[in-house]
Amino acid sequence: MRFQIEQRSQPSAAMRFAAPVVATALTLIAGSIMFAFLGHDPVATLVAFFISPLSTMNDISEWLLKASPLILIGCGLAIGFRANVWNIGAEGQLVIGAIAATGVGLFFPFQESVLLLPLMILAGMVAGMAWAAIPAFLRARLNTNEILVTLMLTYVATFVLSYLVHGPWRDPDGFNYPQTALLPEAAMFAPFDYAYRVNTSIFITVAAVIAMWVFTERSFLGYKMSVGGAAPLAARYAGFKESSSVWMGLLIGGATAGIAGMAEASGPLGQLSPQISPGYGFAAIIVAFIGRLHAFGIVLGGLLLSLLYIGGEAVQIDLDLPSSLTRIFQGMLLFFLLAADFLIFYRLRLLRSVH
Amino acid sequence: MDLFIAIATGTVIAATPLVFAALGELVVEKSGVLNLGIEGMMLIGAAIAVMCVFSGLPMMAAVTIAAIAGALSALLFGVLALTFMTNQYAAGLALAIFGSGVSAFIGEDFGSTPTDAVNNLHIPVLSDIPVIGPLFFQYDPLVYLSFIMFGLITWFLYRTKGGLIVRTVGESPQSAHAIGYPVIAIRYLAVLFGGAMAGIGGAYLSIAYTPLWVEDMTAGRGWISLALVVFSTWRPARVVLGAWLFGGMTILQLQGQALGVGVPSEVLSSLPYVATIVVLVIISQNRQMLALNFPASLGKPFRPAG
Amino acid sequence: MKPRLELRNICKRYPGVVANDGISLEVMPGEIHAVLGENGAGKSTLMKIIYGATHADEGEILCDGELIGTHGPSVSRSLGIEMVYQHFALFESVSVAENIALSVNSKYDIATLSNQVSRVSEKYGLPLDPRRLVHHLSVGERQRVEIVRCLMQDPKLLILDEPTSVLTPQAVEKLFVTLRHLASEGCSILYISHKLDEVQALCDMATVLRNGKVTGTAEPKNSTSAELARMMVGADIPETHLDPSTISAEPLLSVSKLSAPALDVFGTDLKEIDLDVHGGEVVGIAGVAGNGQAELVSLLSGERVLPSSHAVKLCGQPSAHLSAADRRRMGLAFVPEERLGRGAVPSHDLGDNAVLTGHRLNMVTRGLLDRRTARGFAGKVIDRFNVKANGPLTVAQSLSGGNLQKYIVGREIELKPQVLLVAQPTWGVDVGAAAFIRQTLIDLSRSGVAVLIISEELDELFEICDRLHVICAGRLSAALKRGEASVEEVGLLMTGLGENNNGSGDHAISN
Repeated sequence: MRFQIEQRSQPSAAMRFAAPVVATALTLIAGSIMFAFLGHDPVATLVAFFISPLSTMNDISEWLLKASPLILIGCGLAIGFRANVWNIGAEGQLVIGAIAATGVGLFFPFQESVLLLPLMILAGMVAGMAWAAIPAFLRARLNTNEILVTLMLTYVATFVLSYLVHGPWRDPDGFNYPQTALLPEAAMFAPFDYAYRVNTSIFITVAAVIAMWVFTERSFLGYKMSVGGAAPLAARYAGFKESSSVWMGLLIGGATAGIAGMAEASGPLGQLSPQISPGYGFAAIIVAFIGRLHAFGIVLGGLLLSLLYIGGEAVQIDLDLPSSLTRIFQGMLLFFLLAADFLIFYRLRLLRSVH
Repeated sequence: MDLFIAIATGTVIAATPLVFAALGELVVEKSGVLNLGIEGMMLIGAAIAVMCVFSGLPMMAAVTIAAIAGALSALLFGVLALTFMTNQYAAGLALAIFGSGVSAFIGEDFGSTPTDAVNNLHIPVLSDIPVIGPLFFQYDPLVYLSFIMFGLITWFLYRTKGGLIVRTVGESPQSAHAIGYPVIAIRYLAVLFGGAMAGIGGAYLSIAYTPLWVEDMTAGRGWISLALVVFSTWRPARVVLGAWLFGGMTILQLQGQALGVGVPSEVLSSLPYVATIVVLVIISQNRQMLALNFPASLGKPFRPAG
Repeated sequence: MKPRLELRNICKRYPGVVANDGISLEVMPGEIHAVLGENGAGKSTLMKIIYGATHADEGEILCDGELIGTHGPSVSRSLGIEMVYQHFALFESVSVAENIALSVNSKYDIATLSNQVSRVSEKYGLPLDPRRLVHHLSVGERQRVEIVRCLMQDPKLLILDEPTSVLTPQAVEKLFVTLRHLASEGCSILYISHKLDEVQALCDMATVLRNGKVTGTAEPKNSTSAELARMMVGADIPETHLDPSTISAEPLLSVSKLSAPALDVFGTDLKEIDLDVHGGEVVGIAGVAGNGQAELVSLLSGERVLPSSHAVKLCGQPSAHLSAADRRRMGLAFVPEERLGRGAVPSHDLGDNAVLTGHRLNMVTRGLLDRRTARGFAGKVIDRFNVKANGPLTVAQSLSGGNLQKYIVGREIELKPQVLLVAQPTWGVDVGAAAFIRQTLIDLSRSGVAVLIISEELDELFEICDRLHVICAGRLSAALKRGEASVEEVGLLMTGLGENNNGSGDHAISN
C-alpha cells in the first residue's frame, strides 16, 4: 500500500479550521509523553498545566492579562506577515515602547494630569514605530533584509534598557536594584477590581482586533498588502507599491508592540525593569501563525499561548518542573501547526496500483 | 606585541563558533533551503555538549554528540520545510524558539559551572616559536577543525560533482529533478549537515569559549551567522573573513570594557549587533554581487511533480 | 524486429483532469515518430511518463521488448532513453561542460569531458564552447547543449518536446538535418509537436492525441494537413478574419530611443527602441525568447520605471517615469506572459483577482472593498470569455492554464483600455479558444484600441498583425507591413542577420 501526496485544487476550508485543533492535540500528546519521561503522571501534569491554572477569578484575570499583549502584538505582526514583511523584532519594539512611555510617566512635569496616560500610550506607540522604522527604511530604500535587522535591533534595545535601569534612571531609593522608581497613579491603567491585575488596557487590544479585522478583510489597503504577500509579481503588475507594504507592515507591528510594552509598564509592573517582557514579542509570532494571520484566530492563539505561560509557571511552582517547558511547548505547538497546515493544501491519496 | 597577539588570537577564537555555524548554513542555502533556526540548533549543541562533559565524556565525544543533536534538531526543520513544504521562515523561527526552550531545559542542571574539557594544543617546537607560535600553533583543536571544515567545504562545493549537484539543486530544483536527481534527499542531507555544524558551533561556545552553560548563551550568534552568509555573498572564504570581522569586533569591545573606555559598557556590547546591520546594509547595495552567487531557489518550497 | 519503445494503455490522472487515457503506441528503431496534439492534449505528460520523470497510474512501458519495472530518469538513461525538455533542464550559473557532467556517469573530470563535448558537437553540426556559462548562451545554443547532453550517451531513443518553439525558421532546418542524421544511425526519435508542417517534413509516423486519448495514427508524409488537423482538433480549425480598419492619426503608444540596461544579471540590455502603435491596429513583436522581450514589456507596463519620462508616450503623454497604476489610469491594460503569480494571485478567487486591475471600476468605496461589484465583474468575464470555472469564487490556481489565460485576457479587455499590451496571448490555450482570443484582439483593435502583441509564435503574428517588428539582442527592427513580410525575412531578423537590423549582438543565434 502506498500513499501519494496530491495538491488540492482548492485549499480546504475545513482543514483551515481543523489544523490548529489538530496541532494543539498533538502538542498535548507530545507533552504528556515528555512528562511521562520526566517521571510525572502525564494526565495529572497536563491538568496542572492547562486546567488548574484557570480555576479561580484571579487565574482568569492573569490569563487575560497575559493574553492581551500577545493578541495585540500578534495582530500587528500578522498584518506584516500577510505582506511578507517579517518583523521578528517585536520584542525590541516592545522594550523601546516601554522605555519611552516610562520616560514620559516619570518625567512629565504634571504627574497627576489626566493627560499623562494618553501621552504615555502615544509615546509607547511612537517609540515602537520609530524602532520599527529603522528596518522599514533599510528594507524599502536600501534593500536590506528586515528579519536580521529587526532581530539585531532587539539586542540593541535590551542594552538600552539595561543601561537606563542600571544607570541614569535607576531608582535612588531602590536598594540598588536595576529598576526605575514606581510610576505615579495617573500613569497607570485602572484595574477593573483592585483584587486582580487585569486592567483597562485590554480595551486597546479589543479595539486592535476589530481594527485588524476591518483592515485585512475589508479594506483596499489590506487587500493590496495581501497581494504583495501572496504574489509579489502580481502586486508589481497591478502597480501596488512594495515599499508602502513594507512601511505599513513594520510600522503597524512596531506600534502594537510599543503599546504593549507601555501597557506592561503602566499595568502589572508599574515601573521599568529588565524583566519588562517574558518574551511576548517572540511568542506573538507564534500567536499570529496559530491564528492563521486572522484577527479572531489571533484572539484564540493569544489565549492559548497565555495559558502556556501561566501553566508553565504553575507547574514550576507546584511540581518543580523547569520554566523552560513553556518555550518548549510554544515551539512544539508551532511545529505541529505548520505540519498540520500541510493538510490544507494537500491530501494523501491511496495509490491503487503500484508500479 | 602581547596585546596584538591577544587581540589576534582572541579574534580567531571568538570567530570560531560563527565559522562553524555560518559555513554550515552556507551549504544549506546553496542547496536552496533557508534555515533561520541556527540560533536554536547552536543552543541545543551548546547544552548537549556541556551535559556530555559533565557526564565525563572526552571533548571529541561531546562535540560529536553535539553535532548529532544539532543535526537531529535540523531534522525537525527538514521534515517541516522539505516534506511538508511549509513556509521556511516560519519553520526556522519555530526551530529557533524550540531550541531555546529545549536547551534551557537540558542545561538547567549544569548552569554556570565552568568546564575544563578543552585544552589548547601544544605542538612541540612550533608552538614555542615566539610570536608565530602563539599566533598560529597554540589554539585548541576545535579551531583547527574549523579551518579543516572550511577547506573541505570549499573543495566539496567547487571541485566535486557532489558540490556541483548541491549548487545546481539550489539554482533550479525543477531542472535537477528533471534530469533525475533526488532533490528532496539532497536538501535533507544539506540541512542535516548545517545542523551538525551549528551544533559544533554551539558546543564550541559552551565547552571551549566561555566555557560554561548560560541560558541563551549564543546571544544572537545564530542570527549573526545568517547575516554572515548574506555578507559572504554565498562564498566560503568570505564567510570566514566576515566571522573574523565579528570576532575582532567582540574582542575589541571586551578589551574596551577591560580598559575602561569612557563609554557605557552597553554601548560597547551592542557594537557587534549594530555592526551586523551596517554590514548587511552595505552588502545589500551591491545587487549584482548578491545575484551572482545567490541560490536562485532559496527559500522556495519544492515539490517534485507527479 | 522488436519495437524500440512500446506503450500499452498508459493512464495518468491529475485532480480534475485525465491527462492520459489509455494511450498505446510503438516506435521502431531508426523511426522518427511524431506525437501530435494541441496544447493540453497530454503530450508533455506522456513524455515525462516515458522518461520516468512522472509515474503513470496504469499501463506498461516496454523498451526493446523488455517491460520496464521501477521507472525513473536514471533507469531511462541506463536504457538509452534521453529527453530534451521544452523548457530546458539546464543550470544557468554553471558551464556547459558542468551541465553535461551532471547527466553522465563517468568520472568527474571536466577537462576530459569538455573534449568529448567538442567532439560530439562537431560530429552532429552543433557547435558549442564547453567552457561558457549557460546564462551567456542564446536559447538556440541552450537547446544545442540539451541535445549534445543527450547525444553524449549514445541514445537509442531521443525524446524532443516542442523543440522548434524556440528556434528561428532557419535553425529549424538545421535541427532537422541533425535529427535525420541521428535516425539514419539507428536512433529512434519521438518528436512532440503541434506544428503540422514540421511533422510532415520530418516524421515517418504520427500518433495524434486529443484530450488525453489517441484519436488516430497516420503517416504524415502521405496525409494532408486537413486530415491531421481534424484528428488533432476534432473539428475544422476556425479561421480569424481581419476587417480593414481606420488608423488613428497619432499613435496611442509611442516609444522613441528607449535604451535601458538590464536589471537582472542574466538579462538583456535594450538599445534605442522605436515603436509606434496607433489606435485601430494590431502590432506584433516577434523574436526568440530572451532577446529583450521581458525587459521591454516591463518598461511598457510600468512594472519598471525610468527616471525620465520621454522615452514612452501613452496617449500622447510622456509616461516612462509613471508607475503601472498610473499608466493603467491613463488607459493601458496588460496581459503578462506569466498568468499565475503575475497576472493573477494564485490563492485568491476570481472575484478578488478582478480587483487586482479593475479596482477603479467601483470595486472600492471609501477605502473598503466592494466584493459584490468585483464578483459581478468576474462573472461577466467568465460568461463572455467562456471561462470554465465554478463562478467568481473559484480560486485562480485551480483553473487550467488556458482557462486562466482566457480570464485574464477577458478581464483586461473588459477594462475598456485605449492601449492593450499582450504577451504570449495564446500560450497553453486550446485551438478553439486561441482563435477566439485572436479574433477578440482583432475586433478590439478595430474599435479603435491600440493592440501590441509580443509572441514567440510566428504563425500567430502573421495571422493577426497589421505590422510586425522583430526583436533581437535588445534591438527592435523597423516595422514590416502585413503582406510584405516573409517568414524567411523575419527569420533572418530574428537571428540578427536581417537587413534592416542595426547589427547583431552577442545574444543572437549564430548559425
